[in-house]
Amino acid sequence: MSGPLQLDATDRALIVATQGGLPLVPRPYQVVGEQLGISGEEVMARLRALLDAGVIRRIGAVPNHYAIGWTANGMTVWDVADGRVDELGARVGALDFVTHCYRRPRALPDWPYNLFAMVHGDSRDEVHEKAALIAKLLGADCRRSDVLFSTRILKKSGLRI
Amino acid sequence: MPELDAPKGGFRLAAVDREIIDKLQGDFPLCEYPYAAAAESLGITEDELLARLKCLLDDKVLTRFGPMVQIERMGGSFVLAALKVPEACYAEVAALVNALPQVAHNYRREHALNMWFVLATETGPGIAEAIARIERDTGLTVYAFPKEKEYFVEMKLAARV
Repeated sequence: MSGPLQLDATDRALIVATQGGLPLVPRPYQVVGEQLGISGEEVMARLRALLDAGVIRRIGAVPNHYAIGWTANGMTVWDVADGRVDELGARVGALDFVTHCYRRPRALPDWPYNLFAMVHGDSRDEVHEKAALIAKLLGADCRRSDVLFSTRILKKSGLRI
Repeated sequence: MPELDAPKGGFRLAAVDREIIDKLQGDFPLCEYPYAAAAESLGITEDELLARLKCLLDDKVLTRFGPMVQIERMGGSFVLAALKVPEACYAEVAALVNALPQVAHNYRREHALNMWFVLATETGPGIAEAIARIERDTGLTVYAFPKEKEYFVEMKLAARV
């Protein structure tokens, strides 16, 4: 994709007006438009353009994953050889049970891990079984690993600009 | 923002709520009556969909219903960061960290680095400012793990309860 998109003031106002959620009324875009002084059609057109540009990933339900049964949430972290991490990271990200997969910097000596993959299950055993599949894929290119389970959501407001 | 506890179990969603969660995590229609269009595809009425979404939001099964913004596409940044928080002052530090609007979500995890949060800002320098503020307010060192490469992101999970 190209560089960041330049949003105009109306796009920004539209994001601010909807980032907490769409109104639960039959014509939500109309209502948002009335707040912003534009038509419902313009709200839809702008949302479509923001989706197409990737500024909005998607529009819909954002579940609390604990509440929908994914009670074991493990951040699996791996110390993978620098020369191999991009190829292997792409393969880990392609596993159907991995929801996020990133390369991040190490913070030595406290934190030797450079590959992060989020894995979810309804039990810790399930997360560990999935982590074992990642370990198998990484093989000898992984020097050490860990799984950090979340034990409490302290905040989940999502992005607010 | 109140703290959210993981449900204690024994909680079950109605089949129709599961379907709403599974089918409406993206592609919410951009049309004048989007709830009516989405309801039709689910085989329920617009009124029922609106009522069920309200309940799912009130019960915190959904954290919100609307657009998910990818702030990097509008020139902003997301950074994962962590703290080693002494247990004796964990709640106090959580309150200080959560008070910053730049903190999009925050999880307790089992590790020496026991607080993991995501900073989201509209501008690059906003991240450094937020980190400096947290370090000043808490007296703790912030470990920042900016994304160096994204291999995969797709936070869609089907309901399991």
